[in-house]
Parts: sequence; C-alpha cells; structure tokens
Amino acid sequence: MFKKKQNLSANGVASGENAIANKEIEGLSQGQIVRRRFVRHRAAMIALFSLIGITLFVFSSSGLHLGTEKDPITVPGWWHYGITDLPELTMDGCPDGTVGCPTLDILPPFIDGTGVQIGDHPFGQDDIGRDYFALVMRGAQQSIMVMFIIGLIGGILGTVIGAVSGFFRGWVDAILMRFTDFIITIPFIMVGAVIGFKYGNLGVVVLALMLGLFSWTGLSRLVRGEFLTLRTREFVDAARVAGASNARIVFKHILPNAVGVIIVSVTLLMSGAILTESALSYLGFGVVAPDVSLGLLISQYQDSFTTRPWLFWWPGLLIILIALCVNFIGDGLRDAFDPRQKRRITKKEREQARVAKREAKADA
Amino acid sequence: MRRFGAMLIVLFGSTFLVYNLGANMGDPLESLRISQDPAAEQRILALTRELHLDVPSPLRYFIWLKGVLGVFTGNLDLGTTRDGLQVISQLGDAIPTSIRLVFFATILSILLGITIGVVTALRQYSRFDYAVTFYAFLCFSLPVFWFAVLLKQYLAIGFNNFLSDPTLTWPWVVGLSVISGVFWSAVISGSRTRVISVFAGASLSTAGIILLMGATNWFLNPGMTIVLTTLFSLGAAVAVTQLSTGISNRKTLYGALSVAVFGALVYFPVQDWWFEQKHHLLNIAILTLVFVAVAVGAALLFNKVDRGAAIRTSVITAIIVVVILVVEKFMRTWSSYMQTDAVNYRPVPTVGQANDLLEPGNFWHTALDIVMHIALPTIALAIISFAGYVRFSRGSLLEVLNQDYIRTARAKGLTERTVIMRHAFRNTLIPLTTIMVGDIVGIIGGAVITESIFGWIGMGSLFRGALGALDLNMLMGISLVTATMAMVANLIADLLYSALDPRIRAGK
Repeated sequence: MFKKKQNLSANGVASGENAIANKEIEGLSQGQIVRRRFVRHRAAMIALFSLIGITLFVFSSSGLHLGTEKDPITVPGWWHYGITDLPELTMDGCPDGTVGCPTLDILPPFIDGTGVQIGDHPFGQDDIGRDYFALVMRGAQQSIMVMFIIGLIGGILGTVIGAVSGFFRGWVDAILMRFTDFIITIPFIMVGAVIGFKYGNLGVVVLALMLGLFSWTGLSRLVRGEFLTLRTREFVDAARVAGASNARIVFKHILPNAVGVIIVSVTLLMSGAILTESALSYLGFGVVAPDVSLGLLISQYQDSFTTRPWLFWWPGLLIILIALCVNFIGDGLRDAFDPRQKRRITKKEREQARVAKREAKADA
Repeated sequence: MRRFGAMLIVLFGSTFLVYNLGANMGDPLESLRISQDPAAEQRILALTRELHLDVPSPLRYFIWLKGVLGVFTGNLDLGTTRDGLQVISQLGDAIPTSIRLVFFATILSILLGITIGVVTALRQYSRFDYAVTFYAFLCFSLPVFWFAVLLKQYLAIGFNNFLSDPTLTWPWVVGLSVISGVFWSAVISGSRTRVISVFAGASLSTAGIILLMGATNWFLNPGMTIVLTTLFSLGAAVAVTQLSTGISNRKTLYGALSVAVFGALVYFPVQDWWFEQKHHLLNIAILTLVFVAVAVGAALLFNKVDRGAAIRTSVITAIIVVVILVVEKFMRTWSSYMQTDAVNYRPVPTVGQANDLLEPGNFWHTALDIVMHIALPTIALAIISFAGYVRFSRGSLLEVLNQDYIRTARAKGLTERTVIMRHAFRNTLIPLTTIMVGDIVGIIGGAVITESIFGWIGMGSLFRGALGALDLNMLMGISLVTATMAMVANLIADLLYSALDPRIRAGK
C-alpha cells in the first residue's frame, strides 16, 4: 500500500499509460533498454534475420572471389556454376521463342502440372549462356561488400571528424566544417562517377574504399551537433571537475550518449551506398565487365524486359530486398535509441492499467 | 558579408578539388594517341594548346579560374569543350531543362508528401500509418533506373495500348474499386462499422465513376464540362474554408463560394475565348490576377472582422479554381491532340523532351506535349523524394504535437482544427524548409540517372558525356553550377530558417 503511493508520487502527474512504460524499464541499464526495444520491433527483427539469411546465402552460394586477376583469392561456393562458366543455352520449354528461361518452379503440381523444382538454371541464362543465378549472386555479393565497406569507412571518418570538431571547437572546428562544406557541395553521384571512372576496373573493394572517403559528410555534421550539445551537459562538467582527461570524457561520457545517432545514420548511409553503387554501375562508371554488379546487370538487360523479363526482375528485386532490410533495421534502431519514443500501448494493457487504477482507488 | 566570403572560399576549395580529381582521371588525348588518323598528331597539338594540357593540373586550375573570375568584369569564360563549343552556351541550354525536370517533381512531392505525412501523423499507429511507412521504406530502397523501366513499360506503353481500345475489363473495375475502398477506409479509420461503410461507399462510387467514364468514352474525349468544373470549384471552396477557418465561419465560406461561382460564370468566355487569344501564358497570369482581385473583393464584402483569414481563404480558393480551369482546357485539348499525326493516339512518350514532329502554332498542343513528356520522369523522381517528405513531415508534426504550447492550445478550448492547422502545422513547416532547399540540390545530382533513362538533354547527360570524353572544362562548368546552387540553397535555407523561427535570432 505504502509502496504503491510512493510510486505514484514519484511519477508525478504520470498517467496510467506512462506508468506501464516506466515500470518496464525500472532497474535496467541503457544498453538493456535499447536491446529490449529493438528486439520488440517486429519489422526490424524480421529485416535483421532476412539480411543475415541473404548474406549467408549469397556468400555461400557463389563463394568468395577477391584480389586481382593475376593472383585471385578464391573460396568456392556450393553452386555448380561460376560467373565465367559457359554452359549451353537451353532452348526447350521457353515461351515465345526465347532462350535461356528460368527453370525455377515454385508452384506445386496441382496448379501448373509440373512439380516444385530448382532446375539447372533457376534464374535462367544470359545472352551467351552464363548462369544467371551465379551472376545475380555475384552482383549481390558485390553490393553487400560495398555496403559494409562504405558504412565502415564513412562511419569511422564521420564520427572522428564530427567528434573532433564538436569537442574541441574553435579553429579546428572551423577548418573541419569548411572542409565538410566543400565536400557536401559536390553531388555524391558526381564524386562517385569520377572515382568509379578511375577505380571501377580495380574491383569493387577499391571502389568502395574510395567512395567511403567521400561519404562521411552528413554523419560528421550530425555527430558534431550531438557533441556540441552533450559537452555542455552537467555530467560532462562533473567529470571534468573530478579530473577526467579529455579522452576519458569523450569515450566514457559523450560517445556512449551519441552512439544512437551514429548507428542510425550509418544504417542510412549503408542503404544509400547500395543504391549509389548500383546507380554508378548502371551509368557505366562503377563495376565494369567482365565482373558483375546488380546495377550493371540491369543496365545490360533493360531492353530485354519485354521478351525476357527475368533478366530484369531478379537483380532489381535483390537490390530492393537488401536496401529494404537495412532501412528497416535502421528504423528499429532509431526507435530503440530514442528515449522519447513510447511503445504503442495495446488495448489489453490499457485495460489492465484501468483495472489497476480502479483497484488502487478502492484500496484508498 | 562574412558568409559570402566563406562561400567563396568553399567554392574555391571544392572546384580546386574537382579540377584535380578530373584532371587526374585519365589522359584526355589517349583516344587520339592510339588513333591511326594522320590528322591525329595535329589535333593533339591543337588540343594541347587550346586546353593548356602542357600545364600541370594544379596550375592549370588557375588559368580556368581566371576565366571564371571574369564574372566580375562582365565576361565570364568557362572555356571551350573538346569540340570547340563554348561551355557557357551548352550549359545555358541544359540548365533550364534540368530545372524544369526537377521543379515539377519537387512541387509534386512536397505537396503530396506533406499532406500524407500529416495524415499519417494524425493517425499514428493506424493501419494506414503502417502501410505508408512500409511504402516509404520501399521508395527509399528503390533504384530509380529500375523503377523507370517499369514505369515506361506499364504506365506508358500499357496506357497507350489501353487507349487504342479503351474498354475496361471487369477485373480492372473491381480491382480499382477495392483499392480505393481500402485507401479511404484506412485514411478515415474509426470504429468498425464506420470503416465498413466508408469502404463500401468509396469502392461503389469508384466503380460507378469508372463505369461512367468508360460509357461516355471519357478516356478519348475527357472533359469536366461546366457542371463538374463548378462542382469541383465549390468543393474546393468548402474544403479550403474548412481547413483554414472552419465551415462554421459562414462569412468566410460565402467569400470563398462566391469565387467558385465567379469561376462558373466565366467558364465559357474563358475556355472558348480568353484561352484562345495570343500570349497564352500572359493570359493565364492575367486571369489569375483577376481571380485574386475578385477573391479579395468578395472576402472584404462579406467580412467586417478578421479580414486577413477571409482574404487568405478566398485567394487560395481562387488559385485552385484557376488551376481547375486550366486543367479543363487541357482536357478539352486532349482529343484534338491525340488526333494529330505526331501523336496518333499514343500520348505517353517514353523518351525525349518534346515531340519534334508536332506542328508548332497551337499553344495548347505544345503545352500538352510538354506535360506528357515530363510526366514519366516527374513521376519517377517524385515517387522517390516523396517518401522522404512523408517521413520527415510525419516526424516533425509528431514532435510538435508533443510540445507544451499544443497542450495549452487544447486546454484553452480551441477546436482540434485550429490546434492542428494554426498551431501545429505551421511549426511543422519550419524544419521542412531546410530539407526542401537541400532536396532540390540533391535531385539535381539524382537527375543524372533520370535524364539518361528518359533521354533528356540536361546537365546530367552533359555531365555523363563530359566524363566519358574526359572533357575537363565541361565537367568544371557543371560542378561550378551545382556547387554554386548548393551554396545558394544553403544560404537561403539558413535565412528562411531564421526568418521563420524567432528562437534562432533570440539565441544569437
């Protein structure tokens, strides 16, 4: 009885709904709260598992191919064709005189008469007979690699530059922000095109590294803003009075509070990176033949859309799927890190709160 | 002034960076060096002299900069392209094209995006909200070049095929009706009975409208006639009044309604006589001015107090009525446009900026032609940037609705309409101005892809061409324009922000 009253007064004017939300996070650390909120975000969890699944599938099917042409680093995958294999073009069973149509059949026999099967070329074959499944998997692999590399480099550079200029202010800040300004004034696609034009043939890893060097600007501005507000907060003053060094203040006091902003915008950066890479390859300034990328595949086969639509659908759908997963994960993280974000209160919980309130009143 | 100086320094830095990046991209003479053409040797020498290729790039930048600085003495020189053309004249042709492309897309996505964003914020966590959120993420993840191919195939070619035999099949009618029913019942939402009745009403009326359109051969010969034009105008008057002052404010309502009635009165003279006169654009402008004058007069006539709100309401109504009249004129032109040889019943083009075969002389044909050509690229660009506006205006409005002054406004008994439209919505727009300005610059970058897919000759395709040919002067001209635009946009955003948000000035 006494305890209940104290709880009410501690919450001040908190309504019944807030009381539920507050009670849930009692005695949990910040990390635990965030983790909990994220795990509860259904769309984000589905997206996370799909992305892990897609990544594993893509990398295991076609194996890993890195390095240059002269000394390649190759780990074979389980799929029986590579992107350089040239099996014979299948003619039979294709509609309207087309060749190399997909053999994938997911409809059960009672709908179309044939059984569920994967076949020899589930996504079909391209003009010269290369297995399209292998090509698409290789393209998706490139996209995922680009995404992570750009996310990593952009994230690190953006955080460091934003943190330094926000924490030290003064002339360091002025110089770094002017530098950021003039990188921002150049449209990203232009920088990308110039870089891709020069480094595109060196393979996707070099391309991604170079693109990463130019993709940190938005993040650094955000991080700087966050540091500027956080460094004037009382707990930072308290730490300084207690004799903490700059490094300790940054890493122990400010950075943990800014990590939400950083993670969320890195995910946005990553989903943007996939689209940028495919757009550059589409324009011919990114990955170049004989290597494959999803954007390159789309640009090669966009005219085949009316006759052999599968050559067009698969790469596009894969880009969308990967980017969509990353976006949803980012959304879940944003919700999880935002302290103002209230969870949606379900009808049942509202009813419970009402009952509890009524009981409390009856008690008193 | 200090900002202006900083701008110039940044501009200097970014152009210097791009110049050296561009110069180190590759050897612009390589194609000539390996060429067997006997004239190639001479061409190399000529190009080297013209483009100062013998000077190392950091120094060559200053030769280029000297030409640019000519802007202060009145003779701006951006150098020549590899083919000896002036960069300025090339840019002069390309910039209006790109701006036209970006302008309509931006307007469309801002209007639609903010409207839908506000609705989703007001219906937070409803099914409609979830659907729009999913849709927005889908748009974020959509590669524009992939989506554009789909648009070309299904919207352009499919619609053209449909027009060759405009009979609607039953699956289409049913499908469209159900979609409309689901949409409206999700937007309005409420108790279960209400959702069901809204669903039934919306889908039945959609089915009715579609069948009526099919029966009257509307797709080949569209038009609203005076009846529908008047109805739409009256509806616009009521809707604008409801949003701005509330329908219960009769005097304001009468002002807005009289503007709509005026629109109906001048329907025939405007459609058949005024719009056919020469100087069409000027005529439309004059018509707008007349309508605005009538609107102000009507508002003043009916209202003795709170005249500002009344004038605003009827002026907005007047502008909508003019737009309706222009759209009606386009619809009336449609069937004769379709019959021209250049169009021949395939009105939605997939590439190009204008139809060269179309005989010039008829203003409305030319205008409709431009509209049809801009339609697909605009849809492709707008659908993608629209999602950003939806998410941003939703978040912004939700944030505003949590503020104390909204609670105060509600507590003092204002209606929900006043709270949302006057107190919340206006403050939502403040942060939106920043991304609006930034977005215009972003779209210019994105237009590189859109232009190349739809075969437009704007800055994007110039850029692509220049990059392929390693044409440094052209490349620099384009980056100078975009960098300047980005900078001016940033400046405008900052000025707007401090003009709209008094807290920023107070903080200084």
